[in-house]
Amino acid sequence: MAIIRGNKAVLPVAALSVLVLTLSACGSGSEGEGGGGDEPTADCAAYEEYGTFDGEEVSVYSTIVDIEAERLENSWADFTECTGVEVVYEGSKEFETQIGVRSQAGNPPDIAVFPQPGLLAAEVASGNVLPAPDAVEALVDENWSEDWKGYGTVDGEFYGAPMLANVKGYVWYSPATFEENGWAIPETLDDMMTLTEDIAADGTMKPWCAGFESGEATGWPGTDWVEDYVLRQAGPEVYDQWVNHEIPFNDPQIVEAFDSVGEILKNDEYVNGGFGDVRSILTTPFADAGQPVLDGACAMHHQASFQAVNWPEGTEIAEDGDVWAFMTPGVEAGSNAITGGGEIIAAYSDEPAVVAFQTFMASAEFANNRVSEGAAISANQALDASLAQNPLDRQSIELLQDENTVFRFDGSDLMPGAVGANSFWSGIVEWINGTPTDEVVDTIESSWPQ
Amino acid sequence: MEDLGEKFLQVVIAMAIFAAVIGIIMLLVDRAPKSFRDKATIIGFLAPAAILLIVGMVWPALQTTFLAFTDRDGNINGIDNFIWMFTEPTALVTLRNTVLWVILVPTISTIIGLVYAVFIDKAHGERVLKALVFMPMAISMVGAGIIWNFMYAFRGSEQEQIGLVNQILVWFGGEPRQFLLDAPGNTFFLIAVMVWIQVGFAMVILSAAIKGIPADIVEASRLDGATAWQQFWSITIPSIRGALVVVITTITIITLKVFDIVRTMTAGNYDTSVIANEMYTQAFRANEPGRGAALALILFLMVLPVVIYNARVLKKQKEIR
Repeated sequence: MAIIRGNKAVLPVAALSVLVLTLSACGSGSEGEGGGGDEPTADCAAYEEYGTFDGEEVSVYSTIVDIEAERLENSWADFTECTGVEVVYEGSKEFETQIGVRSQAGNPPDIAVFPQPGLLAAEVASGNVLPAPDAVEALVDENWSEDWKGYGTVDGEFYGAPMLANVKGYVWYSPATFEENGWAIPETLDDMMTLTEDIAADGTMKPWCAGFESGEATGWPGTDWVEDYVLRQAGPEVYDQWVNHEIPFNDPQIVEAFDSVGEILKNDEYVNGGFGDVRSILTTPFADAGQPVLDGACAMHHQASFQAVNWPEGTEIAEDGDVWAFMTPGVEAGSNAITGGGEIIAAYSDEPAVVAFQTFMASAEFANNRVSEGAAISANQALDASLAQNPLDRQSIELLQDENTVFRFDGSDLMPGAVGANSFWSGIVEWINGTPTDEVVDTIESSWPQ
Repeated sequence: MEDLGEKFLQVVIAMAIFAAVIGIIMLLVDRAPKSFRDKATIIGFLAPAAILLIVGMVWPALQTTFLAFTDRDGNINGIDNFIWMFTEPTALVTLRNTVLWVILVPTISTIIGLVYAVFIDKAHGERVLKALVFMPMAISMVGAGIIWNFMYAFRGSEQEQIGLVNQILVWFGGEPRQFLLDAPGNTFFLIAVMVWIQVGFAMVILSAAIKGIPADIVEASRLDGATAWQQFWSITIPSIRGALVVVITTITIITLKVFDIVRTMTAGNYDTSVIANEMYTQAFRANEPGRGAALALILFLMVLPVVIYNARVLKKQKEIR
């Protein structure tokens, strides 16, 4: 006690140190709010319907970071300029766990962008997410298919519009390599298997390269493979029953899909060009896995449309370019069933500025703005496909807009988190590591929440 | 600029509130009746910390304990989560691995650290030798995990190796191998990373303790004709017993909580999971907060005796001094 009584300087010193600490903590917090101050350049006519909100803020939280986040922010710059709504954007790789924490702690963002319908459903169950405003629902009814509206719907109530989309199931290849060797684009799954055998017999390269490593999410590219095969071999009805658990995970039709994928991925002769044996799939990061297609160490790489950003800078993506992709074929030629993913944009607040922003995000303007920034597509039917920055994006948009396309959302994103983001991933990992199929599907089935 | 002004104002306000609270506490303590003043002082200055401790630690601990007896929907399900933990094969692997970690990391780290400390004691260039071993301590566990992921990296035998360990294997004519994929060997390769980090800590503490042994005892033993081995067993070890206990218990506690290394290197796949990792996976990825809480509770019960023992030894040492 003597120290405190005897030394009157303690208080100011303590106060000063608090000041210094607080200041240094603030210093790093004010980045990323750039922009502003520009001369009005946008044509505001398209934004009049949203009204004006001078200086009001809307906070947006999502999984999208880095360059993708920049492009996203650019796509609503005009909206901010014309309506005065300041969008405070925050992207985080921890979104999936943090969104629940933040909403339970009473500190949710105004708008959250859910990458998985299953996660949206879990958040809706917690009671904090608000149903979508009428204006948003009207736009979605007008511009999206029933399926896509369904991903934002929980127990019959509509919560949010889809934001962006991606198309899965593409098989990337080098057109030059295929031409040199006289390989043709396969029209059926059997053709693809024959091509695989031919390339392996040829001996110049492995037919496939694959990589499932993705930190704690290791395994997800494998779930894409299985989902593609279930949809193509067993059909959309079985696919729906599977993701809704109306048939067990270890149903023979699912086992068949696993085994068909295994014929390729679990054969040392067919994988893993440029990396090693079958098990090197597990230690190869998914973003690096496609590179051997360019080096000529493997012929094909199965990955979604977003693989476009993983190629080295300057790689030309075109039918006669450095790389191009064909859609994983169906059992019969001319199949039109594809899988894909996307985000749902839902709100925790019903302030007028939030509603205006949410409505804008469901509109064709947003989709057009974002797509013309590059490396993105949307399933919005009002989107102008010619704005796409590369031919594959254009093709993907046309696929999504085609009425004949049978589209199914990524199954693991629809399943409950305990399966879709946990036991399915780790099951695929065990499976590639050597565990037999029936053991793996039984384990996943037993993890399904009762 | 206005942002900065606003922030500054907030800082000033926060500072004022802090000063006001401290001021009020001081004032009240000072004004307390004389007979009660000592107690008032203690309560006055202890209360804020105690309240924060209760809000931040005791209350969550109680909540976690309660959570451990509920299912995913928050209904009480008795000891189901604990039955799961001790019967489900993957959960059992997790427990087995944790036991392996707790036995191996403290013993190996301490032995290597001790031997190293003894050998470099008074050696030429002791400081540099110490710094070399101590440096891994400065790297975060996540960082160490990433570094060792590269060390263990695998490429097929036809490809150029990119991982040092496999490259060495190839140089000596061996086949490259997947160090992190084969259970149960992979757990030992993960344990090696933790040992690599902790040896430095053990070495520094034990080296200091060795230097603290009174010179006359060492000299007396030498005059009595003790061999180096006898000196080590009969003089060094008994003299640094306190430091040894501190080192072993501290590393044990750190090891029980190991999470980052496993998370970054294998994410708990390939039968390498440990309790802390499984706790996170169950609570946040599998949406099973009850199981996560049950694992947390077990972890707490395992750490508790070590902490108590550690505290008692430290207290005893103080009494002796």
